[in-house]
Amino acid sequence: MGLVLLVVIWLITLVSTYFFVAKTWWLPAGASAAAAGIDHHFTVSFYLMGFVFVAAQLVLGYLVWKYREGSSSQKASYSHGNTTLEVVWTVLTTILFVGLNLASSSIWAAERFRAAEANAVPVEVTGMQFAWYFRYPGPDGKFGLTKPELEDASAGSEAALGLDAHDPASKDDVVSGVMVVPVNREIEVILRAHDVIHSFFVPSMRFKQDAVPGLAIHMHFTPIQTGDYEIACAELCGLGHYKMHGMLKVVSQEEFDKWLAAREAEKQ
Amino acid sequence: MATHESAAHASHTHAAPQGFIRKWIFSLDHKVIGLQYYFLALTAVFVGMFLSLLMRIHLIWPTATLPFFGEIKPETYLSLLTMHGTIMVFFVLTTAPQGGFGNYFLPIQIGAPDMAFPVLNMLSFWTTFLGFVVLLAAFVVTGGAPLHGWTGYAPLSALQSAGPGEGLGADLWITSIAIFCIGALMGALNFITTTLDMRAKGMTMMRMPLTVWAWFVTAILGLLAFGVLLSAGILLLMDRNLGTSFFVPLVTVNGQLTGHKGGSPLLWQHLFWFFGHPEVYIAILPAMGMCSQLLSVFSRKPIFGYKAMVYAIMTIGFLGFMVWGHHMFMSGMSPYTAFAFSIMTMGIGVPSAIKTFNWLGTLMGGRIRFTSPMLFAIGFVSLFVTGGISGPFLAQPVLDIYLHETYFVIAHFHLIMGVASIFGIFAATYYWFPKMFGRMMNEPLAKLHFWLTFVGAYAIFMPMHYYGMSAGLRRYSQSTEVAYILKLLPIQRFITIAAFITIASQFIFVINLFWSMFKGAKANDNPWEATTLEWITATPPPHDNFGGRTPVVNNGPYEYSVPGAPRDFVMQTDPEIKPKH
Repeated sequence: MGLVLLVVIWLITLVSTYFFVAKTWWLPAGASAAAAGIDHHFTVSFYLMGFVFVAAQLVLGYLVWKYREGSSSQKASYSHGNTTLEVVWTVLTTILFVGLNLASSSIWAAERFRAAEANAVPVEVTGMQFAWYFRYPGPDGKFGLTKPELEDASAGSEAALGLDAHDPASKDDVVSGVMVVPVNREIEVILRAHDVIHSFFVPSMRFKQDAVPGLAIHMHFTPIQTGDYEIACAELCGLGHYKMHGMLKVVSQEEFDKWLAAREAEKQ
Repeated sequence: MATHESAAHASHTHAAPQGFIRKWIFSLDHKVIGLQYYFLALTAVFVGMFLSLLMRIHLIWPTATLPFFGEIKPETYLSLLTMHGTIMVFFVLTTAPQGGFGNYFLPIQIGAPDMAFPVLNMLSFWTTFLGFVVLLAAFVVTGGAPLHGWTGYAPLSALQSAGPGEGLGADLWITSIAIFCIGALMGALNFITTTLDMRAKGMTMMRMPLTVWAWFVTAILGLLAFGVLLSAGILLLMDRNLGTSFFVPLVTVNGQLTGHKGGSPLLWQHLFWFFGHPEVYIAILPAMGMCSQLLSVFSRKPIFGYKAMVYAIMTIGFLGFMVWGHHMFMSGMSPYTAFAFSIMTMGIGVPSAIKTFNWLGTLMGGRIRFTSPMLFAIGFVSLFVTGGISGPFLAQPVLDIYLHETYFVIAHFHLIMGVASIFGIFAATYYWFPKMFGRMMNEPLAKLHFWLTFVGAYAIFMPMHYYGMSAGLRRYSQSTEVAYILKLLPIQRFITIAAFITIASQFIFVINLFWSMFKGAKANDNPWEATTLEWITATPPPHDNFGGRTPVVNNGPYEYSVPGAPRDFVMQTDPEIKPKH
């Protein structure tokens, strides 16, 4: 029985580890400035934790085989433990866990502690059951007023956001169902939600943040690769949660300017 | 202490009840109440498992029409996951290890004739039972069960208009949890008092079996955590029905104003997780205690580092209250707090690692008997390591940005809080069945059950890590709408097949359980040659546990293979041995 346990535990460990090492299913290629740092920390964590995982399982399998009843061992050893060993592995584990944590703290700080740069491209992202809307402030650089009582979800677009047409700042606001941003520019994301909590997740950008009703959460990221990237809602928001997805289009600065100008023209 | 003890004992001199109702339904006997909790959990686990099976079928076959159930709509799927989570967390993982085994064996293992407050004990079971009935009622009311997930995040859970199931179904859901909290609070009070006040002569705290330590610390966690959830639940009910706005700011649903304003959705998350994280330890600590116990018994060796194990249980319990924010890294809470929560969470890894090392240390140099309880205890260690190792990923905010709300999280908490705890429950069932029913369980069937469940659990939950690594999101009723998630469908198919086989093999356990109850081989009083107090009394134990004799304890709980002793185990009541290291 000890041998069977050893074989099964080792096999499970081997197969499980294989798929991590072979990266059969893995993170999509990173396309934001922060992705490289995050992915590197992923890799470091995988090596360290992977080592602990494999070592612990191999030792477990070995011990149950080695110390099975009926093997050459005469009698179980009478020992209540070993204080030195206890201290050694407590200290080692503490160093490993705290060290791992500290190593990643600068990435977190860069992501979340500083505000977006002054020249960042502002985009307001609003989640509602079950759609994302993206608003650009237009040439005046100011977002117009929105009022909850003006919202008309079924009309979509500006009406869905409840944009107040009487506010001069709202005249040039552009509302889109697709998020278009220029490459290599910092994007300031202002996250809002109308009804329940949603979460704005772009796996390729390594970007995720809940959109919470009542809060306007300011975040930023810098796409460094043009292309189309999927946006998925990552917080349970109701029966249509699974289909609350969107598209992030990262284009060149010229294309972005052209697209925005065209949308402005449509409005007039 | 002596006067205290005799006073406590005097209050328990009530004679064994004779009528069926007093004996088996409204019983004051902690053993009967323990069995009631156990069978409630057994019923609940099958309901919960059935729900997960429906979810697994729907995930890979969204258009399937099921017998009795019809077509599963997206909202039905969300109801299933809400009820699955709620039933499993509250009525299985909290109920079986603590309410079931804790009730039955804590008093016996400390040499007490009953719990400190038998009437309170009976009330806490029936309150829990009522909670379960109210929860199940949510299935049959108009609109069905709620779809807001077991975490019930507001405003989704606070607004009747937010979706189907958010009407009466959601009210019943919250009411059920509130009722459960009341039952759990009464139980916790009882466990703490019993452990502190009812120990037999010589049963010092540091001679208590690790199972007792685990139940004791779990009860303290319960006392502090369930009160908070109870209050949060009442506030949520008020938001839903009385027009208050604790958790709801000014929101519109489908463009319609709801009349709420000024509340904070994050407040609910803080309150919920202040309960929710300790709850994880409420589920796992008793399993850790049982596992420690069994590894020592069947290795025929003292537990490695008893004191370290006790301190580790305490440290885990203590830190468990300081880490709730790690569920909220992406919630909009201040990013500065993430540092503190993250460091504390990684800190919990330390006592968890100490326990793992000590389990391995217990096996080393032992003479391992591969009984079915031991197999499950060894399986527990393996699963605990596997489930634990993904913790440090999720505990780091930088990695949680990507992993939060993916299947990686599901894999993590199912392995460590779900499967590992269930392995603790299985191990305890196979181990204590002879004492509870006077018969042995069928060993070949038990071993078959172990192998299928052990391999099956890995086959179900290991692939979920890969799904999560590929950003596959949880609580998605279909994977058809997002292109990159659709590509991951083969993983879901594999998991569903594995789930089918694993769930089917649980019937081996049930058949064995009921068959052995009536037909199993007769058990003697100490079939495993173990040292703790439940093995000195008759099988099954008499009404007052020790038949009028009060045990006197002279030894620690894990004296195996003592040099010079006539047998390879020394009972706790045997004459005191002089420990030599």
